[in-house]
Amino acid sequence: MHALAKRQDRPEAAAELRMINVSRRGFMKGTAGLALGLYLAPLSGRGGQGLAAGQDGAFAPNAFLRVMTDGEVVVIAKHLEMGQGTYTGLATLVAEELDADWQRVSVEGAPADTQRYKNLLFGLQGTGGSTSIANAFEQMRQAGATARAMLVSAAAARLDVPAERLTVRDSRVLHEASGRELGFGELAEAAAMLPVPASVTLKTPDRFTLIGKQRLHRQDGPAKTDGSARFTQDVRLEGMLIAVPAHPPRFGSRLASVDDGEALQVPGVVASVRFPSPTRDGDLVAVLARNTWAAIRGRDALTLEWDDSDALTLSTDALEADYRERAGRPGQPVTRRGDAETALDEAARVIEAEYVVPYLAHAAMEPLNCVVELGDDHCTIHNGEQWQTMDQQQVANLLGLSPRQVTIHQLYAGGSFGRRANPVSDYVLEAAAIAQAARAHGQDAPIKMVWTREDDTRGGHYRPFNLHRARLGLDADGRLTAWHQRLVGQSIMMGTPMESMMGQDGIDPTSVEGIAELPYAVPTLNVELHTPRDIGVPVQWWRSVGHTHTAFSTESLIDEAAVAAGQDPYRYRRERLPQHPRWRGVLDLAADKAGWSSSLAAGAEGVRRGRGIAVHQSFGSFVAQVAEVSVHGDGRLEVDRVVCAVDCGLAINPDMIRAQMEGGIGFALAATLHSELTLENGRVQQDNFDGFRVLRLDEMPRIEVHILSSAEAPTGVGEPGVPPLAPAVTNAIHAATGRRIRRLPIGDQLKA
Amino acid sequence: MTTLTINGETHELDAPDDMPLLWAIRDLVGFTGTKYGCGRGLCGACTVHLDGQPTRSCITPISAVGQREVTTIEALADDPTGSSVQQAWRELDVVQCGYCQSGQIMAATALLRDNPSPDDAAIDGAMGGNLCRCATYVRIRAAIHAAAASLGQEVS
Repeated sequence: MHALAKRQDRPEAAAELRMINVSRRGFMKGTAGLALGLYLAPLSGRGGQGLAAGQDGAFAPNAFLRVMTDGEVVVIAKHLEMGQGTYTGLATLVAEELDADWQRVSVEGAPADTQRYKNLLFGLQGTGGSTSIANAFEQMRQAGATARAMLVSAAAARLDVPAERLTVRDSRVLHEASGRELGFGELAEAAAMLPVPASVTLKTPDRFTLIGKQRLHRQDGPAKTDGSARFTQDVRLEGMLIAVPAHPPRFGSRLASVDDGEALQVPGVVASVRFPSPTRDGDLVAVLARNTWAAIRGRDALTLEWDDSDALTLSTDALEADYRERAGRPGQPVTRRGDAETALDEAARVIEAEYVVPYLAHAAMEPLNCVVELGDDHCTIHNGEQWQTMDQQQVANLLGLSPRQVTIHQLYAGGSFGRRANPVSDYVLEAAAIAQAARAHGQDAPIKMVWTREDDTRGGHYRPFNLHRARLGLDADGRLTAWHQRLVGQSIMMGTPMESMMGQDGIDPTSVEGIAELPYAVPTLNVELHTPRDIGVPVQWWRSVGHTHTAFSTESLIDEAAVAAGQDPYRYRRERLPQHPRWRGVLDLAADKAGWSSSLAAGAEGVRRGRGIAVHQSFGSFVAQVAEVSVHGDGRLEVDRVVCAVDCGLAINPDMIRAQMEGGIGFALAATLHSELTLENGRVQQDNFDGFRVLRLDEMPRIEVHILSSAEAPTGVGEPGVPPLAPAVTNAIHAATGRRIRRLPIGDQLKA
Repeated sequence: MTTLTINGETHELDAPDDMPLLWAIRDLVGFTGTKYGCGRGLCGACTVHLDGQPTRSCITPISAVGQREVTTIEALADDPTGSSVQQAWRELDVVQCGYCQSGQIMAATALLRDNPSPDDAAIDGAMGGNLCRCATYVRIRAAIHAAAASLGQEVS
């Protein structure tokens, strides 16, 4: 998704914002005084002839806030809240310009409506690539500032004073000279009658009172601590049936026969329905029941025969061997700087290394699910929805509807890490197909499709397995002279609607992000890519996407070079970043705060300790981490402490940034230590948290996060905390033991 | 028919004996704050209290509940310890996606009732089975210490 962002123009950069009052009936339901419809009119980037009706629709109306007559400000969030804090972030931007009382601000998820709620970096409605704050930074502030101007105008008329004499504080408009004041609620209806200003002036950063200033509590904190937050799993509708589908045991198996006799005997089971799978081969079958337990038991009681003639027979061991063989041959050129082959021939020393990372499931705590209500000419979806435009279109295509006949209500997502933005809309389409089949079967009821944990783990759409082969050349003084690296891994975008976003060179940018533009000053750089197309395991973006593997290999390799040169790994990196002040900025800050220049405290007897460093840029943000580890005599590894420095431009909500770095580190540490999916004869070998291990509380290191002060435009924080962690830890292990870990997860490697 | 007392109210449930308490609470009674995460007692998202003891409701058949009082996250604010834990969670902005947090809070409350000032090892022991994929663990730990401190002050 980062690649999408890179390949789109930034329409908001040339946007002219105009606003109109929208129908009060449409948005206010009689309770709100002021609703703002924003017309965001991007100037044509090509002709420069003023307001353009571009293909995505100029004058596209957006509605981002309501001011209620009781003074409550409701911010409409166009992005999915899946834990990353975007509801709070978006509300902060609106509240800042509105000078609203944070205690009186609440947030509501926006419905699917591409014209109003598109991600300005994608051109379609969706959440990902750590773009929420970056794309909405101007837009949300404009929405708040315009509302503020109208409230001030209304107050000026009411108090009969010039608007310039009024100030706004904590949702109140004040006339300090006379001591009179009016609350937003009192002004809402009058403000709604006023013309919308053609332009507004945004605050200069020195006037910010919320952005970067206050510790604002999360908008979703109360509901997520008292059980009232609604996730898709929690939807209950009149007459609703729960549907649990049966997935094939191997990718590519086709359903041959169904015997639902036993399933239908399960108390609570209503029916089984066979349906053509929208994204898998052939038909599938789902059991419908009045409660989830019955549906799961009924599904498990189905007797199914599968035709495995076209089924995947892959094993990950064989896949690795195949990838290794491919890595021995030249691949598609990605980056070519100078003549790396010749430089390697002339090098005083050559480092050769191979880095391997496994398939990974997203394993969000909420297993995938989706609620679908079908009518004659309408479909309503309730979902923790990350990919509105594409899902809406795909569901419309499946059902023979137009996208506007598909309504999507937004809910919280119990994690996603990318999974709920599926490039082929797999789980949403499956729910719609089941609902369609149920209706045809006479079950005209809302359908909540639920996957079990096992379905979720074995459902495909994984972070791709990757193998990297690298050769680095050093001269006699330890200077890096050549960097040659081949990557082998499946493409995420190829074969999906995302393919059109790829360049004409056929290179999926998400396969090579993080290495294509390696920042280190090395005279020759040659990056090549192999994209196997015949693997059959569906793959997908997984928190920080390509950076998950490119950061691991590149930040390990630069460490290998420093060690080979006999130089300090921090300074070795630093000297090779002369043109990259922001990389150096986080590197220096992390090293300083970690006490890099002083020696690490020794461990207890038999415990070897080490410190490692890594730095990486992703999604516009720069993150460096220093990890401290202890390796016990029996090979047991403890990650004791991680010091993290982040430069994400202007820090909107510093505590949320800290939380995302903490969570990103923990998420990455799971993959570093434990998580791995393997296939044997086409079957995924893990199906729940016993086999696919994630991080536990007792494994969480102490974490210290330091945020660089910056006036640059804000960039992402949801993903950038992830990439540097694995190499920081494995570099620390090398420092402690002399052992270089080149394969994730670490698992039992240190015990061998 | 199985009779369960959930959050102080009696419910007559027409359900098979082997239905896990989780699904009875969620689908039959309608308290959806208790979550399904794994179905095998591996993640802790379904944690409720049975007579105050933290219990994995996804692997507890309703027939095994008996006379014990079931408490879910929805009734936790009525309990002084539970309320302090919830308050600490909000003060420290622990939650991210929030899906596991009902279970975390139920487990933390049971821990603090048992051990009013747990050290890190005690927290590891009591909370190690409650998975959080967002890895909010740093703050879970801090919030438990904060709740312990606030409860300690109330007592003294």
